Amino acid sequence: MQAEIVIAGFGGQGVMVLGELLAYAGMLENRNVSWFPSYGPEMRGGTANCTVVISDRRIGSPVVSRPGILVAMNLPSSLKFAPLVLENGLILYNSSLIEQPPDRQDVRVISVPANKIADDLGESRIANMVVLGALIGASGVVSLDAVTESLKKVLPARRHNLIPLNRKALEAGMALASAVSA
Amino acid sequence: MPERVLMKGNEAVGEAAIQAGCRYFFGYPITPQNEVPEYMARRLPEVGGVYLQAESEVAAINMVYGAAGAGVRVMTSSSSPGISLMQEGISYICGAELPCVIVNMVRGGPGLGSIQPAQSDYFQATKGGGHGDYRLIVLAPSSLQEIFDLMGLAFPLAEKYRNPVMILGDGVLGQMMEPVVLPDEPAQAPPPPPWATTGCQGRRPNVINSLYIEADACEAHNRRLQAKYDEIARKEVRYEALNTSDAEVVLVAYGSVARVCHSAMELARAEGIKVGLFRPITLWPFPSQALAQIAAGTGETGVAGASGTAGAPGRGDSPGPAFLTVEMSAGGQMVEDVRLAVNGLRPVHFYGRSGGVVPTPHEVLEQIRALRKAVAA
Repeated sequence: MQAEIVIAGFGGQGVMVLGELLAYAGMLENRNVSWFPSYGPEMRGGTANCTVVISDRRIGSPVVSRPGILVAMNLPSSLKFAPLVLENGLILYNSSLIEQPPDRQDVRVISVPANKIADDLGESRIANMVVLGALIGASGVVSLDAVTESLKKVLPARRHNLIPLNRKALEAGMALASAVSA
Repeated sequence: MPERVLMKGNEAVGEAAIQAGCRYFFGYPITPQNEVPEYMARRLPEVGGVYLQAESEVAAINMVYGAAGAGVRVMTSSSSPGISLMQEGISYICGAELPCVIVNMVRGGPGLGSIQPAQSDYFQATKGGGHGDYRLIVLAPSSLQEIFDLMGLAFPLAEKYRNPVMILGDGVLGQMMEPVVLPDEPAQAPPPPPWATTGCQGRRPNVINSLYIEADACEAHNRRLQAKYDEIARKEVRYEALNTSDAEVVLVAYGSVARVCHSAMELARAEGIKVGLFRPITLWPFPSQALAQIAAGTGETGVAGASGTAGAPGRGDSPGPAFLTVEMSAGGQMVEDVRLAVNGLRPVHFYGRSGGVVPTPHEVLEQIRALRKAVAA
């Protein structure tokens, strides 16, 4: 199996670290992984995105033209990447910031009010973790435990006190995904 | 399974160099390779090495020249415009026959160009970017693990032939993350060789120079250099050939574009189009002989550690494949070496994106389909 995932938003929404956690979790589950960031002038106040590939095979291109899964954290990202998602793919969009759902009838679309759920948990900065939870809940691409383990590796030690809160956000996202699927 | 570490390509360059016994780094910042000096600035002092940010790339390469003359493992890293500034120093280092490693994480050009990935420095790397008849050994990794493998090879190769080795990467390789397995044992740098300028207490001074003011002496020096390059060309060719023995179309690509082509090959094979991939690992010496054998229909598939041996699965009466060279270059650079190797035996086509645009697997697939249609028509 090979999952090709694009995560996009604007600078500061944590899309790079979301991708990094996915890649790390994939590695901990003994899969092949790659992470490739957009880098360049567009990162200043504009959109930022990264591509993560998780595979049981040798990974060819770390750059993906047609992702199977899209995480869109803001409207420009949704408009840019939603048309590229493969048929029968999966789109998770941050409905706290995106009013119009992606116009795709041939893919699974999940609305995640990420900022609202994060605010309800008392920490607006963990909206990305809510979406990551929904992503793993809906796709099963990596396990919750592997992501939690990855947090220990990706976060500096002085931030490890935030891991329980991050885990809560992940679980809230997973609960949302399973409620939608049910 | 051995422990894997998730790293960024540029960090892998730094750690691989330290694991390979490199203890001296001189450089100047430029995107997209800034994580290399950043990593070295932190790590080299921990292992008793020296990191120094020079005032320019010109200064940095001359510091490398000096340290290499003193017989230590030394490297620099830059990206395209910075490597252009280093060309004078690289020519001097080749003339003085000193070992060092130079990393170029190529970005879009010409001029300041863009900061995104490109492969448009192939000519500069493989044909002698500075003045004079000289060659660099040019290694092109296509994964982070291969950065480790080739860095481990680069320093011993440079020392064996007293010649700089260039690692030619690009922004994709520098910026991406991938798991790597670190070497079991870090390599130790050898003691300074007898020709090194280690202080001449108790012996005659060693002189390191690239000046041969008499024409005859300079020609003799050049002949010796050419003999050395011939030996390298005979012994140090490396490449990977996948699915070439039954292929109608063989993609030729190096570095990160070879990965894009690997994906395109899988897409094409899923459609029933027989596509192979030929990936030069040494860009100089170029694996001409192996490519010629594939063109003649006698090539073999697999990874070659050294110059290819002929013979292998017969293709029956079917001719060799058509070639499609894919590069991040506007007009194509490596494609010229592919054409020289194939020598008119089979058609050689080219597809390129440039200026920092990375070709996608589906784009390459489209090219393969179009090529096949043209052949059928």
